[in-house]
Amino acid sequence: METIIENELVKELANKHGRSRDSLVPILQDLVVHNRFLSKQDMIDVARELDISAADVYGTATFYTFLDIEPKGKYVIRICKTISCAMKGKNEMLATIEEILKVKIGETTPDGKFSLLETNCIGWCHKAPAMLINDTPYTELTPRKVTEILREYIKK
Amino acid sequence: MSSNHVKRVDLIFEKIECKAVLEKIVDMEPDDICQELLDSDLKGRGGAGFPTGMKWRFTAQEKDPVKYIVCNADEGEPGTFKDREILDQVPGKVFCGMAIAGKAVGAKMGYVYLRGEYKFLIPKLNTELDKFHKTMDEFNQNFRIQIRLGSGAYICGEESALFESIEGKRGEPRNKPPYPTSFGLFGKPTAINNVETLVHTVMIMNYGADHFRELGTKDSRGSKVFSISGDTPKAGIFELELGMTVDQFVNDFGDGDTKAVQVGGASGFCVPRKKFAETIIGFEGMPTGGSMKLFNSSRSMYNVLHNYLDFFTEESCGQCTPCRVGCQQLLKGVEAVKRGEKNSKYLDELVKLAKTMKRASKCGLGQSVGNAFGSIVENFKEEIIY
Repeated sequence: METIIENELVKELANKHGRSRDSLVPILQDLVVHNRFLSKQDMIDVARELDISAADVYGTATFYTFLDIEPKGKYVIRICKTISCAMKGKNEMLATIEEILKVKIGETTPDGKFSLLETNCIGWCHKAPAMLINDTPYTELTPRKVTEILREYIKK
Repeated sequence: MSSNHVKRVDLIFEKIECKAVLEKIVDMEPDDICQELLDSDLKGRGGAGFPTGMKWRFTAQEKDPVKYIVCNADEGEPGTFKDREILDQVPGKVFCGMAIAGKAVGAKMGYVYLRGEYKFLIPKLNTELDKFHKTMDEFNQNFRIQIRLGSGAYICGEESALFESIEGKRGEPRNKPPYPTSFGLFGKPTAINNVETLVHTVMIMNYGADHFRELGTKDSRGSKVFSISGDTPKAGIFELELGMTVDQFVNDFGDGDTKAVQVGGASGFCVPRKKFAETIIGFEGMPTGGSMKLFNSSRSMYNVLHNYLDFFTEESCGQCTPCRVGCQQLLKGVEAVKRGEKNSKYLDELVKLAKTMKRASKCGLGQSVGNAFGSIVENFKEEIIY
């Protein structure tokens, strides 16, 4: 018989958010906070915990950009590529980040610390260009400012 | 509004005593609240412009004992950032507006759906929410609010997609009708309002409908918070009287070289210089959720259009074919014209496609792609081709 290994984190999150269908997204969001992505096993465990199909969990997760199903770094950098940021030098910021971290868009540094992504409008158009590192917005970026911000994160 | 300048207003960000407003509401007849809003002529500030009083009255008239209030804080329209500022500066007023809505329609539960990109606001909102719930207890009101986070999907700003998302599903828009007022969140009658609209209701209940009506025009009463960005020396958040012309707006916010203004974000319209004087910002002219983006003569409108189409192609939920395939084909189409692989006549075909999307798409996303597409192609055709 297949033995089910208890997924303590999933259980804990289900206890916190509940086991009804509308608890699914909050649980998945918290899993991403903990693990930086949703593993196949985590999605299966969430399905079991909420008594819904794993396909339902997968289908829901993959709809949302921020619910990653591929491993991501500890710090996920999302640089805004929508019109204002594009107009105000987003490409220059991107080049600066790529130069410092030696990664391209969509890649994660070999030490698993940083992932670099582009994202759509994050609501800081008046202070463009802007980016998010995990949940923290950084605005009115310049190559120098980007360098300083990354330096702080590299030290962490 | 006769001068050549726009009028600044300070209502939304005015710090007021929400407790006093709530105290007044507690003893009011629910329908009197709806009537006050109808008298004010307040229309939704998210972009669609539906009369708020009517929305609340429809929800109030439903017989179901369980109803919901939803605050749409999924501000994802490119160029829109005013709701973030409102939630940051005056969160108590947003909750207060939800409580007024709850009283008016008979709901005990409210949800704030906050876009994931604004997660950094959560600690502040939670502190304010605790205070709000204490005030509710003081007035013996059992109205409660929960905050739910989005996860990076523009489409969840569409009201029925937002409900699906709160329910824990893919954020795919539903067919309408039924409308949210009868079949909304969890299938229950729901009043869903934009962040700014809710704050306006607080100010209307505080100062009265007449005070609100003093501003604006016959079709567009009151003021509106604008998110101003692009080629402007004064980028930021400004509350302005409705009914100004784009010309007046550009006089105040332009950099002296404005060639176009995109009104209403990627899903809005592009107004070229020659139409500045005749275009009114308001429900009688060009309605907007608040995004005003200025472009000066150094900008390529092809790049602007390409950026918007790239945005829509990524953010289309993919559920209905006109939108999913239409967005992709518009993007590929303008690229082909730009490369010279297709001649300029092909643009007319693409405009037809955009019109078909407007008629055939299931929700506002696919229906509005043609707004920017049609207005940019029509007014800046040579920039798209050459």
